Amino acid sequence: MATTYQLKRADFIFKNENDWEKVLSNILSRSPQDLINELISSELKGRGGAGFPTGLKWKVASELATQPKYVICNADEGEPGTFKDREILEKVPYKVLTAMVACGHVIGAREGFIYLRGEYRFLMPELQKVIQEFEYYLKEIKQDFTIKIFMGSGAYICGEETALFESMEGKRGEPRNKPPYPTNFGYMGGPTVINNVETLAHTFTIFKYGAKKFYDLGVQYSRGTKLFSVSGDTPKPGIYELELGMSLQDFVYEFGDGDTKAVQVGGASGFLVPRKKFADTAIGYQGKLTGISLPTGGSMMLFNSSRSMYNVLDNYLEFFREESCGQCTPCRVGCQQLLLGIKAVKRGDRPASYLDKLLRLTETMQVTAKCGLGQSVANSFSSIVENFREEMIY
Amino acid sequence: MSPTQLLIRELADKYGRSREHLLPIMQGVVEQESFLSEYSMIEIAREMDLPAAEVYGTATFYSFLETKKMGKYIIRVCKTISCAMKGKGQVIMAIQDMLKIPLGETTPDGRFSLLQTNCLGLCHKAPAMMINHDVYTDLTPEKVREILSEYMKKPL
Amino acid sequence: MTTQKINISLNGYNVQVDKGTMILDAAKENGLIIPTLCYHKDLCIAGNCRVCVVEIAGQKRLSAACATPVEEGMEILTNSLKVRNSRKHIIELLLAEHNADCTKCYRNGNCELQELASEYKIMTQEFIELVPFKTYTIDMYSPSIIKDDSKCIRCQRCVRTCAELQGVNALTVAHKGDEMKITTFMEKPMNSVVCTNCGQCVNHCPTGALVEKNYIEEVWEAISSPDKHVVVQTAPAVRIGLGEELGFEPGSRNTGRMVAALKRLGFDSVLDTDFTADLTIVEEGTELLTRLKKALKDKDPNVKLPMATSCSPGWIKYIEHLYPEYLPNLSTCKSPQQMFGALVKTYYAKARNLEPDKIVSVSIMPCTAKKFEAARPEMLDSGYRDVDYVLTTRELAIMIKQAGINFSALEEAKYDRLMGDSTGAGVIFGATGGVMEAALRTAYELVTGREVPFENLNITPVRGMEGVREATIKIENPKKEWAFLDGVELKCAIAHGLVNAKTVMDSVKSGKADYHFIEIMACPGGCLGGGGQPIPTSPEIRKKRAEAIYAEDAGMAIRKSHENPEVIKLYRDFLKEPNGELSHKLLHTKYTPRERF
Ligand SMILES: Cc1cc2nc3c(=O)[nH]c(=O)nc-3n(C[C@H](O)[C@H](O)[C@H](O)COP(=O)(O)O)c2cc1C
Ligand code: SF4
Ligand code: SF4
Ligand code: SF4
Ligand code: SF4
Ligand code: FES
Repeated sequence: MATTYQLKRADFIFKNENDWEKVLSNILSRSPQDLINELISSELKGRGGAGFPTGLKWKVASELATQPKYVICNADEGEPGTFKDREILEKVPYKVLTAMVACGHVIGAREGFIYLRGEYRFLMPELQKVIQEFEYYLKEIKQDFTIKIFMGSGAYICGEETALFESMEGKRGEPRNKPPYPTNFGYMGGPTVINNVETLAHTFTIFKYGAKKFYDLGVQYSRGTKLFSVSGDTPKPGIYELELGMSLQDFVYEFGDGDTKAVQVGGASGFLVPRKKFADTAIGYQGKLTGISLPTGGSMMLFNSSRSMYNVLDNYLEFFREESCGQCTPCRVGCQQLLLGIKAVKRGDRPASYLDKLLRLTETMQVTAKCGLGQSVANSFSSIVENFREEMIY
Repeated sequence: MSPTQLLIRELADKYGRSREHLLPIMQGVVEQESFLSEYSMIEIAREMDLPAAEVYGTATFYSFLETKKMGKYIIRVCKTISCAMKGKGQVIMAIQDMLKIPLGETTPDGRFSLLQTNCLGLCHKAPAMMINHDVYTDLTPEKVREILSEYMKKPL
Repeated sequence: MTTQKINISLNGYNVQVDKGTMILDAAKENGLIIPTLCYHKDLCIAGNCRVCVVEIAGQKRLSAACATPVEEGMEILTNSLKVRNSRKHIIELLLAEHNADCTKCYRNGNCELQELASEYKIMTQEFIELVPFKTYTIDMYSPSIIKDDSKCIRCQRCVRTCAELQGVNALTVAHKGDEMKITTFMEKPMNSVVCTNCGQCVNHCPTGALVEKNYIEEVWEAISSPDKHVVVQTAPAVRIGLGEELGFEPGSRNTGRMVAALKRLGFDSVLDTDFTADLTIVEEGTELLTRLKKALKDKDPNVKLPMATSCSPGWIKYIEHLYPEYLPNLSTCKSPQQMFGALVKTYYAKARNLEPDKIVSVSIMPCTAKKFEAARPEMLDSGYRDVDYVLTTRELAIMIKQAGINFSALEEAKYDRLMGDSTGAGVIFGATGGVMEAALRTAYELVTGREVPFENLNITPVRGMEGVREATIKIENPKKEWAFLDGVELKCAIAHGLVNAKTVMDSVKSGKADYHFIEIMACPGGCLGGGGQPIPTSPEIRKKRAEAIYAEDAGMAIRKSHENPEVIKLYRDFLKEPNGELSHKLLHTKYTPRERF
């Protein structure tokens, strides 16, 4: 079913609003319950991938009595094709910091951390300056909350929330068993709210302008706007804030180079959508409009007809093989099998039917892997192999 | 006390000695020495009262915490899809040509090491690379040669 | 506190289980076995192998049964088609990564991976074999342990064992992704890191990736050499463990059958390490009393208390690496194995009129660290290698099987003479607290002239499976020469599993504890849970073995070391007196401080 939704640009996140002190003092004057309600009614969902309702997350953490609690901003942004969090931290860091203080106020935490990926080390000096401004202000208004930067050191899996806690605790970034969930047992075992950079930035908009302003944008189940990182074969790569719910057709019309053969939505752990399905695919979280979910952060990679989908898959699989933490069998061995498997088929060492065995393997990985990494390898693998089977073989 | 011991003690004083400070301390050593030597890992273990094997196991998990000797300037060229599509191959070839080292190696003078890395988050300006903490985007063979010439002029 | 019960359904049957139970345990309680690999009763839950996955109604993804707690109303399927297919895939994946040449593998026949592959009838290997794509190392440098990475399934059980049970952390997980592996600091061989050779990792490894270095062929060769006199000694814990390898239930006592089997294997003389365990008590007890005298009466500042036992070579290597400043606190007594070795090529050789260089001295131990101990450069006090070959309980079982002996049908036999007598005190060396108990039985009597004031000599406060135990014994009305001990409360601590040794040592170090005597055994449960004992091991199995040891003790005619007639004879004919000159030459040793990393 083709959607009639048009591409709608928006400009909230990067709108420079030099009034964070006012916004923050307004937030702090409101009750946690009030703020939670505001967030819940905005229907903001996590922009880091899983799409968990943000208001609910804060609510759960606020209800626990255990101390200390923590607020963590996930700035590990490692998904191939995603680069919007970096831009937020470069251009409007104060929105993220305001949101962290707000979250601390809501859940009763006194410590906040930004887990900044090692690759973004160059952002550190500026970011540190803004944090200092905040700390100065917080001291002035006697708000007990500190924000520290914790630097990553080059490991994609540390973006997974429990791996991130392990990493912050000085260990190998191996995801934990769930349950328990972070809101109950997170960093150092304390109740922890972990949110994506963009999620936090949206809460600034919501708290400043009210939930309705946000809710009125987008479509049912997918409210508000979202940043899209556009790269690949496009005349205008970059970061764009768009209302959720647009059809991929409209997106390609706007960003394609006229020869778009397929779009990878959601990075290496997302899905490849071939041209024939553009019109039927809407970008949002769930519900009847959507053929597809956004596994991570809004990466949109366009490929034109000069690209071999085999090479694309090969590149993704190599990425996963290296970036898997390696602890669980389906993911560690599965990724190696998939990569060697497509190579063997391509070389003619294995029959084309071996691709079906690999497809079944990805189904197993999807249901048995310990964390989202291993679970989502199936997304790109199956969508590429199913739609471009010939390219895999010949 | 050796300079490495001194450095580690300073870092431990600054961050703390419990396990959750292991990463910042290792990062601090890499910052100064480009990599974590056997010696420095033993000293970190001693200073933080951790098993040396744990330090090693943790270090090897992170691709920016090298445990092999590295050059002063570590070049990391992004190899992930967008950069791969936009000519990272030519960029690497140009670097190899200029430095006369294959991927994964260090120049004999210890100035450069050449590595590949996964997505740097600069896909819209592909191809991209990092030299230590600095990022360089929209690379072409010519541009990369210019950048490296500048680094060659820096003191070793 | 009563635990709350909740309702769940297992494969369609409604059952009640305790809230907070993991699905795996809930299923087991209700008669359903879910396969596992990374799970081990002794260790924390890892949830990384994923073979234990089960289906929960309403969830698309499967859950790891070992790591998922039950919830009210949960409907669990442990054997649905989806579960079976996924499990099979996972086993296939493990096998694809694995150098599965079972016929050439030491664990063939007792391997959890092999068992699973057989259970799920994995008859073909469709996935691509990964072994040829990788460079694996086989580390054979340690005299105790072989580590073969090509057989590792990365369940991390060894890493958790070395950290959680032993507190040694010789092993770690390194790298990530496809390169992730189990290794040591800087990937050095096992013999050049802090490894204590305790073999607990071997006992907890599900596959052939960690095995003992075996000396079976060497021993067969010695037995077959007509000009060699092959003497074998058997440690206390072997007799209550061996049966598990040969068709008996854990906790079966097989002393007589074991002796009979050893005779049939062709050993020229079958003797008992219990004999030197008793000897150790006399030597160590005397040493303790001498130290107490020097410390309490003579106020000698150079004498070190607490004195620590020295019969566990894993513990010795541990303290050499991690608390070298406490080496003077160790008793200078060699372990019973080494005392035995030194005597075999001197006392025994003389008594039997044998050339020492014609004697091959073999010991059967529950322990892999004893292999290292026997090879220590200083263990040559007889003028020869005191102990030539150390075999584990498992290796002995292999020899018995190779020889075609029907173990359960054997007539019980008795140890040979001269060094074959033992007492109940010697037997309990095999359990944690046993050395302490044996030492107290003897020392108390030496000092007071009366038996220890416990019913049937059973000093129950030192027994049990608590990781660290403390006990105090008050000395009253001592003999005249021990008058200074009157009213003294002898403070003792017992620890087993090196992680508990750490607790004790740290409290000694911090000055919090003022013990006189501490017993430390490297392995959980003491030697009965040693690294060379039958696999599997678990708290229940160790409990049964301990019960067997204490039953063995209770059934002995003599239960105090100093009353061992052959020990009395040894002093009369050879050593003259405890801690005397000859004792010092043959039965005592010194220690080597080692690097911490
Ligand atoms: C392999 C993997 C990588 C992830 N990387 C990131 C990341 O880089 N940034 C991020 O915000 N969330 C990432 N996530 C999602 C986080 O686990 C978590 O859901 C998110 O930080 C929650 O924030 P949100 O609710 O605001 O989205 C990743 C998840 C997985 C499984
Ligand atoms: S799925 Fe992959 S990344 Fe996640 S825990 Fe398993 S091995 Fe690690
Ligand atoms: S470890 Fe097990 S499965 Fe592997 S070769 Fe040995 S017996 Fe076979
Ligand atoms: S033998 Fe003992 S100390 Fe050595 S690695 Fe194994 S468990 Fe650790
Ligand atoms: S060596 Fe054994 S216990 Fe350790 S990870 Fe490998 S298979 Fe598991
Ligand atoms: S036994 Fe449950 S995941 Fe390994």
